[in-house]
Amino acid sequence: MSRIVLEIKNLSTHFFTDSGEIPAVDQVSLHVHKGEVVGIVGESGCGKSVTSLSIMQLVPNPPGKIVGGEINYKGENLAFASEKRMKKLRGNEISMIFQEPMTSLNPLFTIGNQMREAFRFHQKISKKEAREKSISMLKLVGIPRAESIIDDYPHQLSGGMRQRVMIAMAMSCDPELLIADEPTTALDVTIQAQILDLMRKLNEEKDTAILLITHDLGVVADICDRVVVMYAGQVVEEGSKREILKDPKHPYSQGLIRSLPRIHEREQKLYSIPGTVPKPKLGRVGCRFAPRCELAFNRCFEGNPELYVTGEGRRSRCFLYDKQEGEAINDATTEAVIGD
Amino acid sequence: MRLQKPLLEINGLKKYFPIKGGVLGRTVGEVKAVDDVSFTVFEGEILGIVGESGCGKSTTGKAILRLIEPTAGEVKFEDQDITHINAEEMRKLRRDMQIIFQDPYASLNPRHTVEKIIGEPLLIHGMNHAKERKSRVKELLEVVGLSAYHASRYPHQFSGGQRQRIGIARALANNPKLIICDEPVSALDVSVQAQILNLMEALRDEFNLTYIFIAHDLSVVKHISDRVGVMYLGRMVELTSKDKLYDEAKHPYTQALLSAVPDPDPDIEKERVILKGDVPSPADPPTGCAFHTRCPMAMDICKTVRPAFLPVEDNHFVACHLYDGQQQNISHYQLNKEGEHV
Ligand SMILES: Nc1ncnc2c1ncn2[C@@H]1O[C@H](COP(=O)(O)OP(=O)(O)OP(=O)(O)O)[C@@H](O)[C@H]1O
Ligand SMILES: Nc1ncnc2c1ncn2[C@@H]1O[C@H](COP(=O)(O)OP(=O)(O)OP(=O)(O)O)[C@@H](O)[C@H]1O
Ligand code: SF4
Ligand SMILES: [Mg+2]
Ligand SMILES: [Mg+2]
Repeated sequence: MSRIVLEIKNLSTHFFTDSGEIPAVDQVSLHVHKGEVVGIVGESGCGKSVTSLSIMQLVPNPPGKIVGGEINYKGENLAFASEKRMKKLRGNEISMIFQEPMTSLNPLFTIGNQMREAFRFHQKISKKEAREKSISMLKLVGIPRAESIIDDYPHQLSGGMRQRVMIAMAMSCDPELLIADEPTTALDVTIQAQILDLMRKLNEEKDTAILLITHDLGVVADICDRVVVMYAGQVVEEGSKREILKDPKHPYSQGLIRSLPRIHEREQKLYSIPGTVPKPKLGRVGCRFAPRCELAFNRCFEGNPELYVTGEGRRSRCFLYDKQEGEAINDATTEAVIGD
Repeated sequence: MRLQKPLLEINGLKKYFPIKGGVLGRTVGEVKAVDDVSFTVFEGEILGIVGESGCGKSTTGKAILRLIEPTAGEVKFEDQDITHINAEEMRKLRRDMQIIFQDPYASLNPRHTVEKIIGEPLLIHGMNHAKERKSRVKELLEVVGLSAYHASRYPHQFSGGQRQRIGIARALANNPKLIICDEPVSALDVSVQAQILNLMEALRDEFNLTYIFIAHDLSVVKHISDRVGVMYLGRMVELTSKDKLYDEAKHPYTQALLSAVPDPDPDIEKERVILKGDVPSPADPPTGCAFHTRCPMAMDICKTVRPAFLPVEDNHFVACHLYDGQQQNISHYQLNKEGEHV
């Protein structure tokens, strides 16, 4: 495998609110190799966006703060890097596409204006050159009439076009790492297919490392190499796309995958995980999934499971995979997976 | 095969919204949100409606219930055209026709207790005894998987999935015949979405309900529906049984839409049809077939002549010139008169 571009170790980002300290991201570790597409999946509120904002040092502070851990970008720890250093990296070596494109485009400036500024901030080129480069980037992402759209304001574009503009901007500086936070969630499926196709091309042609945040396992199957599953602020499982989607180990991942309605299957009744996703809370004892877990046993309510190695490059935060628990229990989970 | 009875028949339904402009606020154009849509819903079935954002799904649902007044067309509920009945008659009919909205946050009054929210439709339809209402609310809460003690709580004290259950309980209050479900699970997490879908299916069986199930998620619609209609830019372009639609889609838009849905099974290799460009504006829809600007199969005729929505096979309606000559030339309306086999 090629070299590691990003390696997060035990990252914790908390919010300090009136109702207490919220461990939105709790000891999260993950890594992305050059040219690799890594997905972070998980349901609403599990900490996906806060993880990505932490990497970019864009967590609103106050109330949010990185309280521990490392964010190693090509060997440099960004967790406590200066704003000056981050400004140099952002939109240059590390680019980000946000969940809601409208909030990240400035409504008062034309598309061309914003793209030009981004170019000129990082590269010494003339206004004219920047404009030409912007137009060619817009064409590359499939924007029709790029020469005239470049003088439009963000509100004049459709959601899909705005997202493509964001991608054009994010890609314009040939980033080493692209962080895309639900880049297609607000879009229709036919437009989503266009955007994913575009991201795949950029990844293949430029070997860009991509950290893709999504709650859509279909998108994961489509474009990711590896997957990290989050639940209530923690990483609960990690593995290759195929391993996670075809042979999930953690009971939460198993339940999540089984509860998806499938377009290519004729199933009768959907499986559903009882209960609801918990809000992150400090000082919680026991596995966070235990109250909803069909396989939970005493220890799950008393101790906090670590990420146990379940195979090469695979880890699962579940006591069933703690070697101490012995073979009997491991057999039980295998059955649970096969029996679905 | 059994002969099914139509519960609802929609014929030529249109809803145009005026576009106001200029200093005088004059009408300068119109958004053709729903543009000549016809379909039938049979008793006890779940009819799914899919399509991309802005194609007119919600407007169709609301126009059927006259929550917005249709511009033209006929809506027959149990053989009665309800587009011209007066407000009082409509009020009575609403007992039989309910709607559940997408947003479980916005659709419940935050200042009312659950008891009041679910009890209100009971009161409107004449259940005047407080005690009787209370016990019915309790019963309804249990039907949707909540508990009697939830009655005294406020919406903000519930999770999204629980709120959607409250919305369902409210819709069920007066034993309706038809429920229009407008994206009832779109705002929910996957693990909770499955709970609500299962609940809705169980309720359909238990109370012999008929649903129009609107969603943009094709796998959700496939899971729950018996038949599925696909909308594009205010028009219905294809309508058939779910298996036929997902296995042998005929309309090029349906084919592209289905191919664009990413499947969570990494082993499924798909021939992906990537459509060019964006969905055109319904204020200025393309001439002829509304899909011709993005259609990989478009021919000359598609630019000028609007294709009719006709059956190509039994129970498989398509609006596309590729099937000119193959279509059975009977209108949707006549077909219903003769009774349709499902
Ligand atoms: N500004 C904030 N103040 C307080 N809490 C916050 C703030 N931003 C996020 N959080 C909390 O952090 C947790 C993680 O949020 P995050 O936005 O990362 O979730 P997510 O996984 O991206 O969810 P979604 O899929 O809905 O985008 C949530 O429980 C949220 O309530
Ligand atoms: N009250 C209104 N006034 C003017 N235009 C409207 C109004 N309501 C809807 N429209 C327009 O009608 C079209 C259809 O809207 P509708 O809400 O029915 O779409 P939809 O298919 O439900 O979309 P979504 O998936 O986003 O909910 C859109 O172009 C919308 O902007
Ligand atoms: S009528 Fe023509 S443009 Fe429309 S879908 Fe059929 S082939 Fe395509
Ligand atoms: Mg997020
Ligand atoms: Mg809608």
